Amino acid sequence: MTTDTASEGARAELSPTPEPVRFLLNGHAVSVECNTSQRLSAVLRDRLGSKDVKIGCNAGDCGACTVLVDGDPVCSCLTATCQVSEKQVDTLAGLKNTDPIMQQLMHSFLVHGAAQCGICTPGMLVSAVFLLRQTPYPSVQQVQDFLGGVLCRCTGYRKIIDAVVNSSSLAIDEGASAGLRPESRDSTQSVGVSIQRLDGQSKVDGSDQFGDDVFPDNAFVLRLIRSPYHRASFKFGDLKKYIDKHSGVHSVFTADDIPGSNRFGVIPPFIDQPVFAENTARFKGEAVAAVIGDASAMERLDLLFFPIIWTEERALLNPLDALADDNLRVHENAQKNVLCEGLVQCGDVESAFGNSHLRVKRSFTTGFIEHAYIEPEAGYANRVGDTVEVHGCTQAPYMDRDSLAKILALEPASVRIVPTSTGGGFGSKLDLSFQPFVALAAWILNHPVRITYTRQESMQSTTKRHPSIMDVDIAVDATGRISAFTFEGVFNTGAYASWGPTVANRVPVHASGPYLTPNYRAHTTGVYTHSAPAGAFRGFGVPQAAIAQECVFDELAEKLAMDRLAFRMLNALDNNQPTVTGQTFENAVGIKACLESLELPWANALSEASQFNHKAQANGSSVRRGVGIASGWYGCGNTSLANPSTIKVGISKRGVICLHQGAVDIGQGSNTVIIQIFAQALGVPVDDISLIGADTAITPDAGKTSASRQTFVSGNAARLSGLELRNIIARHANCKECQSLSIEGSVMTINQGLLDERNLDLASLPSDEEGYVFKAEESYDPPTKPLDKNGQGVPYALYGYAAQMVSLDVDTQLGTVQLQGFTAAHDVGRAINPLLVEGQIHGGVAQGIGLALMEEFIPGRTDNLHDYLIPTIGDVPLIDTIIVEVEDPHGPYGAKGLGEHVLIPTAPAILNAISHACGARIRDLPATPEKVLAAIHSNAEGY
Amino acid sequence: MSMTHKEPRSLSLNDALEVLASKPVPILAGGTDFFPALGERAMPDQLLDITSVSELRGVTQDQQGWHIGATTTWTDIINAELPAAFDGLKAAAKQVGSIQIQNAATIAGNICNASPAADGVPPLLALNASVELASLTQRRRLPLAEFINGPRSTALAANELLVSIYVPTLSDDVRSGFYKLGSRKYLVISIAMASVTLAADKSGHLTDVKIVVGACSAVARRLELLEKSLIGQSVHSDVMPLITSSAFDELTPIDDVRGSGHYRKLAAHQIVMRLILSTLRQLPQYKQPEILTDSEGQHP
Repeated sequence: MTTDTASEGARAELSPTPEPVRFLLNGHAVSVECNTSQRLSAVLRDRLGSKDVKIGCNAGDCGACTVLVDGDPVCSCLTATCQVSEKQVDTLAGLKNTDPIMQQLMHSFLVHGAAQCGICTPGMLVSAVFLLRQTPYPSVQQVQDFLGGVLCRCTGYRKIIDAVVNSSSLAIDEGASAGLRPESRDSTQSVGVSIQRLDGQSKVDGSDQFGDDVFPDNAFVLRLIRSPYHRASFKFGDLKKYIDKHSGVHSVFTADDIPGSNRFGVIPPFIDQPVFAENTARFKGEAVAAVIGDASAMERLDLLFFPIIWTEERALLNPLDALADDNLRVHENAQKNVLCEGLVQCGDVESAFGNSHLRVKRSFTTGFIEHAYIEPEAGYANRVGDTVEVHGCTQAPYMDRDSLAKILALEPASVRIVPTSTGGGFGSKLDLSFQPFVALAAWILNHPVRITYTRQESMQSTTKRHPSIMDVDIAVDATGRISAFTFEGVFNTGAYASWGPTVANRVPVHASGPYLTPNYRAHTTGVYTHSAPAGAFRGFGVPQAAIAQECVFDELAEKLAMDRLAFRMLNALDNNQPTVTGQTFENAVGIKACLESLELPWANALSEASQFNHKAQANGSSVRRGVGIASGWYGCGNTSLANPSTIKVGISKRGVICLHQGAVDIGQGSNTVIIQIFAQALGVPVDDISLIGADTAITPDAGKTSASRQTFVSGNAARLSGLELRNIIARHANCKECQSLSIEGSVMTINQGLLDERNLDLASLPSDEEGYVFKAEESYDPPTKPLDKNGQGVPYALYGYAAQMVSLDVDTQLGTVQLQGFTAAHDVGRAINPLLVEGQIHGGVAQGIGLALMEEFIPGRTDNLHDYLIPTIGDVPLIDTIIVEVEDPHGPYGAKGLGEHVLIPTAPAILNAISHACGARIRDLPATPEKVLAAIHSNAEGY
Repeated sequence: MSMTHKEPRSLSLNDALEVLASKPVPILAGGTDFFPALGERAMPDQLLDITSVSELRGVTQDQQGWHIGATTTWTDIINAELPAAFDGLKAAAKQVGSIQIQNAATIAGNICNASPAADGVPPLLALNASVELASLTQRRRLPLAEFINGPRSTALAANELLVSIYVPTLSDDVRSGFYKLGSRKYLVISIAMASVTLAADKSGHLTDVKIVVGACSAVARRLELLEKSLIGQSVHSDVMPLITSSAFDELTPIDDVRGSGHYRKLAAHQIVMRLILSTLRQLPQYKQPEILTDSEGQHP
C-alpha cells in the first residue's frame, strides 16, 4: 500500500496488475494495489488503516461501515474498491478534523449520551452529517429516514435522534436549547450527576478500539470449519496434504491438538462444550477444525474444499421431542436430555386453587433471540514467553482466563486477557467464542493469530436467549389478591449447558413478578437439543417468564373487572412482605413507587385511547389504539452464589489517582459509573481519576459484566476502596478525619476542619513496587444465603423494580402494530448517573420491542441481519423515563442494578396493549402481523 | 481485476459488450445484491463493473417514452423530474433498504437479481415497462413481464447487458402508487407489496387500470381480471366491493420466515384495496366530497 500524493506521473510507473486504485481518502490522495473488486470496507480497514470504519455484517444490513463517496453515504461493504476510483471517500476519522458539522455532531452525541458501546457510532455520525449538511435543523422523521440504514442495539435510538435534531442548536447555545448543560466534572459531588461518558470521546471520534481493531499487521488469520448440519458425524481427510497444497496455509488444528481439556463452560458442574467437536457435531455451525495461514492466502481460500466428510444424523430440535425421546441423547449422560431443573415453592398451592375465586391458565412460547450486537466476536492472541495474551471483546476477562488455562493446560497466570472495547454483549460475550481458537494457535505456532467472526458465524455459533414453553396457572381470591400461582417452564438450552442452569434457577425465583404470592410453585427444566447453545441474554429467562405472568395478570384483571394498574397495585409486593423465596426487605421494595408513578400517564393514555377508538369507529377506520402495562423485578448479582468484585486504587508520587477497574464496560457505562462512585467516596472530582484496565494482568477481578451487578457489586468495591484510601491518607496525615481532600500537582491538601488544612508532598513519600504512595484494595460480595430444596432462602441481597406502559395502534385488517410511546418507571435505588440510566432504559425497551414484535432466530434460516430483524431507528417510539429512587441499604449510595430490568416489562406491556386494542391475545411470540391478524380473526367477538 | 486496464472509470458500452462477447463474467452494478450473495467467499478474479459505463446512468425522454439507464440508482429516480405516473416508482425507490442502499443500488440490478420481493418490479410492471437488452451483435426489447422468468431467473443471455428500462409515454393524468408491507420500518424485505397505475377519462371513468402484487408469487404479478373489472368504473363510485378475495386467487405466495402464504394473500387484498382508494383520490378527475369520509388513523 502506498498513501500520500500519488501524481499522474507516478501512476504510469505502477504495474498494471494488480491495478492500483486511486482516490481521495479524507482529503488525501491514496493509491492502493488490490483486487479492485474487493470490498471497499476491507481495503479501507486492512490496507489504509481506516479502523474507524466498522464492519458489522458485510451485507448492507447494519450500516456500520457507512462512508461518504463524493458526499453521499454508502455501505463500504457493498462497494467495490474500483467503484471509488478518482472519487472522494470520507470517513469519520477525516470528517472529525475538517467538517465543523461533524465536530458539532460529535459533541452533541456526547452531551446526549447517544453512544453506548460505540460500534455503530461512526456509521450513525457519517450518515447524520449527510443529513445535517442539507438540513441543519431536521425533524425527527427526517433523522429517522436518513439514519434508517444504521442499526444500533444499545441505545434504543432515541438519544441518537435527539443528538442529531439538536446538533445545530447546541452549537449555538452550548446545550441550553436541549436542556442539557454538560454537567461539571470538577465537583466533588459525583453521584447523582449526569456527566458525559468518561470514555465517550474515543467512541465519537472513531478512535475507540474494538476486537477487530488491534491485531498486529503480521498476524496469521484463522478461519473455522463448521458443521453444515444440526447434527452430523464427520471424518477428516488428509490434513497434511491440504496444508501442503495451499501455499500460505500453515496449520490445521482439531480436537487432537488441544493440550489440556477440550471442554469449556461457565458453570463448573456443567462444563460440556468442546472447543472443537469430536466425531460428532451437535449443532449447525459448531466448529470442528481451524485453518491458519497468511492473511492473503486465507482471504482466497474457499473452505468448501476442506477435506472433511460429513454424515448428517437425525437431530432433536424441539425440546419436547428431546424430553420424550430417550433413545437419542444430545449428551450421553443427560437422561431424557434434561440439563437441570429449578424449583421454588411456598404455601399450599393445591388448597389455595381449591378456594380460589377466579383462575386463568395459559401456555406461552417464545423462540431463540439473537443478541445481535453490531460487533461480531473478534480478537487476536499472541505468545509472549510463557504467557499467552488474548486481546478482544469480552464481558468476563477472568472467566475467560481460567477457562483458557484449562484448555491450554496452563496456569491461569500464564494467560492474560486484555479486553478491547466491546461492541455490545448483552450476555453472549460472557462465554468463550473466538478466544480458545486463537489462543491455541498462537500458543502452538508462537505467532500472533487473529479472527473476526463473520455475521453468520456469530449468529450460528454463539449463545442465544433460551426459547421457552411456559404454562402458568394463576388464581385470585374475591378481593382480587393473588392466591395461587404455578409456573411450569421448559427452556431449550441448545447443544450445551452454557448458562442454562442459571436460567433454570433464576426463573422460578422471579416468575411470580414483584407481587405478594403466598402459594406458589414454579418449576423449570433445561433441555438439550441440537441447536445453537442458549446462554445468557439480558435477564436470564426472566423476560420470558414475565411475559407469561403479566399477560395472565391482564386476563385476571379483566375477569375481575378491575383496572389493570389497580390490580397490580393491589398485589404489588411491599416492605416486610415475603418474596416467593421467603425473603423480606425492610425498606427497599420499589414496585409500588414505580406503579404509582404511572398512575397519571396511565389514566391519560386510557382516556386518549378511548377517544381515539370512538373516532376511529365512527370513521370506519380499521385502526384501534390500546394501552398496556407490565411490571418486572430482578435480583442483582449471582443467585445465592459468591460473586465478589475487587477494586484496587492508588495514588502515585506525581499525584495521579489510579483506579484499577476490572469491570468491563460493554457500553452500559461502568467506566463512568464506577469512577463516579469511587470519586464520591474519596471526595475528589471525577476528572482527577485515571482509569486503568480492564486487563487481567493489572486489574483485580471485578467479576463478569452480567446479572446487573457492576454498579451494585463493583460499585460497592469502588466505594469501599475510596473510603479506605481516604482513611489511609487521613491516618498518614495524622488527621482524625478527612473532611475533604484535593490534589494540586504532587501536593495533596487534607482538610480536617474549617481551619485545619494539612499539605502532603506526595513526591517526598516512598512508593511501592507499583509506584503508589497510598494504595487500597477492597472487595465486596453481596450477602446471600443458599436456597433450600424448596427454593427458600436469600438469593439476592437486593432487587431492582420496574413498571412500563405503552400505547400503540393495531391495524385490525393487516395485523400490524404501530407503537405510539412508552412510559418506563424504574426503581434504581439511586441513579448514580441519570443520563446513563435513561440510556439503559431506552436500550432495554428497544430490545423488548424486538422480542415482542419481530425477533426469532431459527437455526439455519435466520442467521443474518436481513432475515433476523431487530428494531431500526423507525421502530422505537418516544420513551418517557421516570427514575424512581427507593434506596437500598446494600447498594453503593443506595444504588440498585438496572441493566436487565429495563427489558423485562416491555414485551408483556406490548402484548397487553395489543389485546387492549383489538382483543388479540398473542401467546406465541413474536407478535408478527400475521399472528395478530389470525388472533383477531379467531376472536369470537371479532371486529 | 476489473476490465479497466486503460481508463479505470470510463468504459464505453461497446467495451463492456466486447468483454461479455468474449467470455461470461459476473456483472457488478450497485453491489447491494452482489456482495451479500458472495458472502465470505473469495472475490471472483474477473468482474465487469458496469457503473463505469457512464452512458448507462440517467433518465431520458424521447418521443416514444422514457428510458431509465441500467445503472440509474434509486436516489437518481427519487431526484428525477418525472410525471406523476412515476409516483409509485418513486415511492418504491424511497422504501428500498436505506439511503445507503438507495445511493448504490441500481434499477437494472434490482430487475436482474430477480428476487420475488424486488421493490422496483411491481411499479415498473404497472407502468408497462420493457427492458432493452444489448449484445455486441444485437439489441432487443422485451416486456419486463417476459424478461423475469422466475425467482432469480431472467431471459438475459450470457453475452447480453440490460442497458435500459423503457416506459412508454403516459398521459399527465395518470396516477400511480406503491404500498410495501414489512415487519419493521427500514431495511426490510416485503411480506407483500403492491403497485397500481390508474387513469380515467374526462367523465371520470377508469380507462386504464394496472394492479401488480409483489412478494406473493415467484415473480411479481399483474391481477388482470381485477384490472378489467375496474375499467369503466367511476372514480367516485365505491369500487371496494369489486375487489373481492377471489381476485387474489391467482397469487401463489410461499410460506417463509416473513409470513405464510395464507397471510400474504390476505395482506395483498388489503393493501391493494387501500392503494386503489388512495390512488383514485390522486386522479385529477376525483373531486373531494363535501363531507370528509376519510377516517382518522387510517394508514394510507
